[in-house]
Amino acid sequence: MESGLKPLGKEKLWLWLMLTPTLIGLVFGIVGSILATLGLSFTHWDLLTPPRWAGLENYKVLFTDPKLIKALVNTITFSLLYVPAVVVASLAVAMLMNRKIKGLSIFRTIYFLPAVTSAVATAIVWNMIYGQDHGLLNWVLGRIGIAGVSWLSTKNVLSALIIVNVWGAIGEGMIIFLAGLTTIPKDYYEAATLDGANRRKQFWKITLPLITPSIFFQTLMSTINAFQAYDYIYMLTRRGQGDSTFPVMVYSIYRNAWTFFNYGGASAQAIELSLFVVALMAFYFWLEKRYVFYD
Amino acid sequence: MSAKRSKKILDLITYTLLILGAITMITPFLWMIATSFKLPADQYTHTLIPTNPTLQNFRELFKVDINFPRLFLNSTLISIMVVVGQLLTCAMAAFCFAVVKFKGRNLLFALLMVTMMFPAQVTLIPNFIIFKWLKLVGTSVPLWLPAFMGGAFGTFLLRQYFLSVPKELIDAARMDGASLFQIFWKIYMPLGKPALSALAIFVFKDAWNDLLHPLVYMPSVPNTTLTVGLAFFNQQLTFGGKFTVLMAGALISILPLVLVFFIAQKQFIEGISLSGIRH
Repeated sequence: MESGLKPLGKEKLWLWLMLTPTLIGLVFGIVGSILATLGLSFTHWDLLTPPRWAGLENYKVLFTDPKLIKALVNTITFSLLYVPAVVVASLAVAMLMNRKIKGLSIFRTIYFLPAVTSAVATAIVWNMIYGQDHGLLNWVLGRIGIAGVSWLSTKNVLSALIIVNVWGAIGEGMIIFLAGLTTIPKDYYEAATLDGANRRKQFWKITLPLITPSIFFQTLMSTINAFQAYDYIYMLTRRGQGDSTFPVMVYSIYRNAWTFFNYGGASAQAIELSLFVVALMAFYFWLEKRYVFYD
Repeated sequence: MSAKRSKKILDLITYTLLILGAITMITPFLWMIATSFKLPADQYTHTLIPTNPTLQNFRELFKVDINFPRLFLNSTLISIMVVVGQLLTCAMAAFCFAVVKFKGRNLLFALLMVTMMFPAQVTLIPNFIIFKWLKLVGTSVPLWLPAFMGGAFGTFLLRQYFLSVPKELIDAARMDGASLFQIFWKIYMPLGKPALSALAIFVFKDAWNDLLHPLVYMPSVPNTTLTVGLAFFNQQLTFGGKFTVLMAGALISILPLVLVFFIAQKQFIEGISLSGIRH
């Protein structure tokens, strides 16, 4: 199985030298850190006084403290809405662009722009767009006769966040799907047309099955991003006192550790977050085996 | 005839949807540009072209106590360091995984890939404790040093590319007596340019736009990055009122990446497409 360039004599040393940074990062930076986080999650530690053993207390709190439960529920709710929205929206855009259209590169540039620019900078504009009294969105809605709402209030903040996050992520998804769509041979469609299959049928029978690898990849990436969503939430939902109208896991971890100096509790949350992500990944890879077609 | 007509209708729908979408995508940027040239008194006007265009907001950026040029410089230096670190260490690892034959190669690579699944937050607290213990919190070191320890994403991306380099080149180089490192440095690095530049752009973008890590390691202005500075500035101005200055700052902060994107659009797009290919 293992093929390739064979290191000769002293070159073995070179090989391991070249791998050293990665090995250090892997052993200390990641594996070590994960174990350390796990260890910390069983302690109470504010980094000022020595750590105290906490047993499972931090984990009990995860399921009893309404604030921490809310952070988890918010993260899951957000992901459940965000992931399908991004996948469907970017697939739709990619399909529109996959036709022979004029100005493709201009469209592509425009759709991709939010994916390049920082969420912090664009969130500042979105803050103005979402403003209740002077906001652009309510003003536009007003012009077409729809009463504006307070977008960033507790009631509407979830929709507002989904819109911004999808807006920011369509660009990358679109590229993934465009790459997937161009691999489908054109004659498949020609043959299907000759057989009298209409466009809808062609989509379900040819396009969709053949881009399942892209759908899989995009769903996977979007899920990882959804569980780590932070920037827009920090920028758009943070209130004066530092809490959020829509606290998610990462927000809660940050606040728990760096505002309240509860590093043990925050570590337990980080473990909780990782377990969710890893379990979801395992589920996705199980789905991949059954439903994703590679040729 | 009817096929032609249905194609025309389909074209019409396509363009209409694409244009509507494009307007949605670009409006925030147009609004950012428009507002940054408006007088603070006009900040809530709903016109795209400022009635009294001004450069006052940009001038004010240099006056405000958050020291905008310093933020800009910090972000630039950190992002460049991150790019250098990632390109170097990921390329070395990717070369070993893609080309060199050694024991435990597949196992090690699989382990590296598994780490990609873990959210970055799980390493944040122990890393913070270490950097605090090293008295490096408040400096930029914790933001770029980890970039010199490889990374799953970069290694994966470059390995994909290195795998496509024809093996005959290695044999030829071996005949000429080239060493392992020479093959890496003289053959794979130059040939890997498209993938390397794609990775460079990606990594630069992520470093430049990162909020969470600078918030943890360099939390206070003025010695911080653009993102933390703007976030702080946002809090201040939301209550103090001048959105126009904030927009000018936001506009300047996105300019470098927008420029890079316009120049290297191909690499950007290739990079994403490349990362989506599985082996």
